[in-house]
Amino acid sequence: MKVTVTIDRRPEIADPEGTTVKRALHDLGFIETNGVRMDRVVHLEIDGDDPVDVEARVEDMCKQLLANPVLEDFKVRVEK
Amino acid sequence: MKTAVIVFPGVNCEHDVVHTLKALGGEAELVWHRETDLSDFDGVVLPGGFAHGDALRTGAIARFSPAMTEVTRMAGEGRPILGICNGWQVLCESHLLPGAHIANRDMSFVCRFVDTEVVDTNSILTRTATVGQRLRIPLNSYEGAWVDPSDSGRVVLRYIDNPNGSQNRAAAVTNVAGNVAGVMPHPERATDHLLGSTDGNVLLEGFLHSLVPA
Repeated sequence: MKVTVTIDRRPEIADPEGTTVKRALHDLGFIETNGVRMDRVVHLEIDGDDPVDVEARVEDMCKQLLANPVLEDFKVRVEK
Repeated sequence: MKTAVIVFPGVNCEHDVVHTLKALGGEAELVWHRETDLSDFDGVVLPGGFAHGDALRTGAIARFSPAMTEVTRMAGEGRPILGICNGWQVLCESHLLPGAHIANRDMSFVCRFVDTEVVDTNSILTRTATVGQRLRIPLNSYEGAWVDPSDSGRVVLRYIDNPNGSQNRAAAVTNVAGNVAGVMPHPERATDHLLGSTDGNVLLEGFLHSLVPA
């Protein structure tokens, strides 16, 4: 099954990369850009038939390795 | 008394650390990260570099190396554990020190001498230094800004001008007990007049003085 994990840096944690990209967008004239956050998406292919089981396993992966709870929140989406 | 200097694939400061610890009168050995028994060692240094190529997040993969199980055990026993640069990032990912590291505030790799000040001497890193002592040590990192939403890390060494935007100007942090410490600048690169500074010696002497027989 295909699973998509989105890993977002918590809003209270600085994102220097996002700040730099926002500045570059302003330089290009996109002055309407108020905020840029450079989050990450991880695409996984997981063996399994039960979406509930697969989701639980991937959540476990996020807690153990894929996301750092100090900095990041994550969302798991199992593709139908 | 012997120090294990753990070698993850991709670290690059391990020889400098061993050389320096020996030059200061200590005993130190390189230990591959797959090692499962560190019972012959009295303390550990996690040296700087790019463990596992910084894949995913700095220190995220190294945390699961077999040697880290032993490092965690030794930390719990009160043995001195020091992480330098990437080694500090590994200690944060391992939850042996609070917080985490993000890219430097200005998105630039900072590679120069920086001025720091000792603000707390109750740690394995700063115990032979004095509060207020200024130390000039090379910084060499991109993801060097420490953030700690829990605000529980005890800062022992502070940047004077905060070159990377680290929270509380932290250049080095310790745990509550003071036996686990992480430092972002490289004390092992400031240990000889030929290197431009000897200010790192007092920090590594602090580490060596913290070793007690296993």
